[in-house]
Formats: sequence, C-alpha cells, structure tokens
Amino acid sequence: MAENLIKPENLVYKKTSVMTDKVMHYCPGCGHGTAHRILAEVIDEMGIQNETIGVAPVGCSVLAYNYFDVDMTEAAHGRAPAVATGIRRVFPEKYVFTYQGDGDLAAIGTAETIHACNRGENILIVFINNGIYGMTGGQMAPTTLEGMKSSTSPRGRDIKTMGNPLKITELVAQLPGSYFVTRQSVHTPGSVRKAKRAIKKAMEYQKLNKGTCLVEIVSNCNSGWKMTPVQANKWMEENMFPFFPLGDIKVPQE
Amino acid sequence: MKELRLMKGNEALAEAAIRAGADAYFGYPITPQSEVIEYLMAENPAERTGMVVLQAESELAAINMVYGAAGCGKKAMTSSSSPGISLKMEGISYIAGAELPCLIVNVVRGGPGLGTIQPSQSDYFQAVKGGGHGDYKLIVLAPATVQETVDYVKLGFDLAFKYRNPVMILSDGIIGQMMEKVELFEQQARSTEEPEWATVGKKPGRDHVIVTSLQLQSEEQEKVNLRLQAKYREIEKNEVRYETIMTEDAEYLFVAFGSAARITRKAMEMARAKGIKVGLLRPQTLFPYPYEAINKLADQVKGILTVEMNAGQMVEDVRLAVNGKVKVEHFGRFGGMIPNPDEILNALEQKIIGG
Repeated sequence: MAENLIKPENLVYKKTSVMTDKVMHYCPGCGHGTAHRILAEVIDEMGIQNETIGVAPVGCSVLAYNYFDVDMTEAAHGRAPAVATGIRRVFPEKYVFTYQGDGDLAAIGTAETIHACNRGENILIVFINNGIYGMTGGQMAPTTLEGMKSSTSPRGRDIKTMGNPLKITELVAQLPGSYFVTRQSVHTPGSVRKAKRAIKKAMEYQKLNKGTCLVEIVSNCNSGWKMTPVQANKWMEENMFPFFPLGDIKVPQE
Repeated sequence: MKELRLMKGNEALAEAAIRAGADAYFGYPITPQSEVIEYLMAENPAERTGMVVLQAESELAAINMVYGAAGCGKKAMTSSSSPGISLKMEGISYIAGAELPCLIVNVVRGGPGLGTIQPSQSDYFQAVKGGGHGDYKLIVLAPATVQETVDYVKLGFDLAFKYRNPVMILSDGIIGQMMEKVELFEQQARSTEEPEWATVGKKPGRDHVIVTSLQLQSEEQEKVNLRLQAKYREIEKNEVRYETIMTEDAEYLFVAFGSAARITRKAMEMARAKGIKVGLLRPQTLFPYPYEAINKLADQVKGILTVEMNAGQMVEDVRLAVNGKVKVEHFGRFGGMIPNPDEILNALEQKIIGG
C-alpha cells in the first residue's frame, strides 16, 4: 500500500541540495540537525549558495562545515565573529554567517560577539543555546540555568559561587550595531517554520548593510541533560523558555 | 624613477603594505608599533587601493580577522609588539595548521610580561621555535634597516603565498621607531585571483572549500603534519638568506641579526682597527636558519660570539650549526637595554679571544 504512494508526483518534501550527504554526528533528538536544515533551506531558496561563506565554531557544531554545501572556515573557539568580520570585510557583496553554541558565543567569544555586533558587521550569527557544553561532555555553560545540573555544577548551578546565566542575546539587542535580534526554537513543526522565517529575514537583511543579525535558537541537549529527547523538549519548554523567552527582541525600525 | 623618502620604520612598513597590494590589515594599538595602523588610517588605503584597514577590539580578534580574510585568498596582515603577539599565537597556530598565507609583524619590545616598551630581541624563540601550539613553523624575516623592513613586506607576502604559510617579520623597537632613507617600490596592483583553496563562494562543478585545521582521525592529522614538515624542508632548501661581512680572512666570527647586527658591525670595525680579524654573519631569515653557512665558517674561525638583545636565544641555533667545532659564546643586553660597540668588542676579547 505505502509503496504505491512513493512516486515523484507525490513528493512533498526533500532534502535541500545545500546540505551534503554526509551522515551527521549529532545525537538523536538534538536540535542541531533541524537548525542546520532550515539555514541550508534558506540559502537554497534565496539562490545564494555560490555567494555564501559560513564559519563553524568549536563545540558540537565544530563539523558543521561538513554538512553545509557552501565554502566554510573552521574558527578557533569563540572567534567566529572575528573570522566572519575578516571575510565580510574583504567580500562585502557576499553572505556570511557564523553558527555558534553558547560556550563559543557567550563565554570564550563574548568580546568577539559584542564587538562584531557593536561594529554592526553585516553578518548573520546563528546562536544555538542549549545551556550546556555538549561536545566536551556536559559541563556548565554561560547559559546554564540557576540550579541546573551539569558535570561541573553537579549539585546545580549555584549563583553565589558560579555566577549568573548570561542573556547575551538581550545584551546584543542593546547595541546600536545590531539590526535584527530574535530568539526562536526548533522543537515543534510550528517553531521550525517560525525559526526558518527569522533566519530568512536575517539573511536577506545582510544585503541592506544595516548591521548584525543574530538569531538565537533555544535548543535541547538530551545527552548532556541526561534525558530522552521527549523529556528534554518538555524540560526546555518548562525551564529554558521562562528564562529565555521566545520572540523578536529587536526588529528593524522601518 | 627611484622614489626616496626619509621615513620612520613603522610608517615605511605601512606604506610598503599598501604598495605591496595588501587587501586587508587588522590590528590593535601597542607601543612601539602603533604608527603602523595610524599611518594606514591617515593614508586611507580604502581610497588609494581598496585595502581594508580595521582596528580590532583585541589582538585575538585581529589575528582571527586575518585568518578569515586569508582564507578568502586575500593578502592579509597584522602587526603588533611582543605582549600582543603572544595573544595572537592561538590564531597563528590555526593559520599555520590551515595552511593559509598571511603576514605578521612583531616590533619586539622587552619582556617577559608587560615588560618594557624599549627594543629587544627576546621573542626569537617565540618566532622561530613555535610560540603557538603544535608542530608548525613560520617563515621569519629579520630586517636590520628601514629599507629591509619595506623590502620584506613584499618578500613576505610573496613567500607566504608561495608556500601557503604565515610569514613573520621580526623587527624591534629600534627599527620601528628610527628614521632612515628608504627607496619605495612601485604600487603593486591588488590581486584579483581566486585561489582554488580559498573560500570565495562555492563554484558550480567543484566541491565546497573547507578551511580547517581539525582532523579528528590521528592517521589524517599525521598526514597533515607530514605534509607540513615536507613544506618546511622545502623552505629550508630554498629560502635561507644571510649576509656576511669581512668573513673571508676572519679568525673570529660575530653572529647577530636585526638591530644587534648593526651595532655589532661597528664593534667589528673597531676590532679590525685593533688588528683583530673578525667577521660578521647576519641571518636575514631566522627560519630557515643559515646553519650550513655558519657550520662552514666554523672550520675557518677560532671562536664565535653571538650578540643579541636577549639573554641568549639564537646562540642555541649557532651552537647547533657549529656542532662543537669551536667555542660559541653569547653576549647580550636585555630588558630594553641596547648594547654598545665597546662592550661587544670587550666581550669578544674576554669570552672568545682570551677565554
């Protein structure tokens, strides 16, 4: 029965050609794959594959350059916005994006993030915030919530000794150099569509040369959080979203 | 027609960068080299040649901007002084690992730590032996004059692109700050080439370009290292540069680079006036190092004195070159102090001739 339906004319969705056929290394249930896909789809739909240069971070998405079929550079930990600055300054006509996690963007790379956004570099920063260091095995991140357990906050994040979770996206929105700043998620079909629209807008804004666009995606880390994917998404809704509320933070004043 | 000017070392360096057809300069102010970015900003190269000049928020950011621009196949450069160069070391290691060309200038001041703003040569080890992590080499050019500073900007970019390797000009606070007559080369056009290894936007019919220094499989990383080592051997074979002065009849030898070589030359003349047959070998490349030339001279001379504005760094390479054939000693002033010819001559007499 099902076999009869698999015909070209019944095709409603296929993988974008802006993604390679490499098998992803991400854990099952992780949001990275979806975030990659919508970014690649935007590049595809805009027809800018040949004009786009990406910058991969250090973190779980260190190998992002294997999955996007665009020219890419692998930056040192936290330095992606500086690398992207170098690229966009010598290629002012091209589309340049960084793809960074919370440790990369909001801890070790805070200076590069703030200053690239404050200069108003005409790049897109995609920021995946899952409140934990995934690649190194679940240590505390700058965005780890108060009381949240990680391998370096095994009794939960204690604000008094470990400091506060950092809302860097709100910080970036304060800067005159940022143009469009929004916080999204990719854990439901509806949120995926919204996040994709945000990324598309941000990518299109690059041509206006009006400043930095940052799209935060609050995501899960079921492995690092030690939950099933379903539990992780539920936990994210109940705990991450109240502290990191979804929605646009800074929209262009037309 | 020759274009002669009286210029400060740092300003001449900046002018040479524009004329060499550099596409981008990213820097951060630090004494004694801030005139480089000041001169560039004043000259407005965006108008003159289309060159990008940007003051970064830190040395870290500056070197990573260089990394991004270099990955695009562009002639990118940065300059700094010792503490700033330490901050750039992470990026330099990445650039060497990703095999990208770029030019880095270190106008050296005394260290360690914040040290002093006065001239020094105490970053020899950092420039020549590594500095950053991993098995990598920079091509290191050591100018002794403002003229050589200018010439090495052009040579540096040429070598960087020939070998796809970062090149460092190891200058110091004397050469950066002093004014000398300099002959400027003509304006070179900025390149419009798009190297096949550069991230310029994926072209139809070719794989996407990935600029990375990451290999998770040990077997693959070893291959990268073997490729790098083969390249370094090739550089050693082709690019050794040095100058010898009055070595034909020399019974003793000075080895010194950069500013120290200029002062040592004076000491050599004073020694000659006293009847001491001493010559000078001045390495112009510190990697690759003129081991062979020094080894040959060791067959001829009775002893060698290295003169350095540090506590004894290059002397180790001279000893490697000499391999025990004759006595090799070091004389140095450091912490921003500059040796004078009298004390160099005295050191030769005490440590080598009388020693």
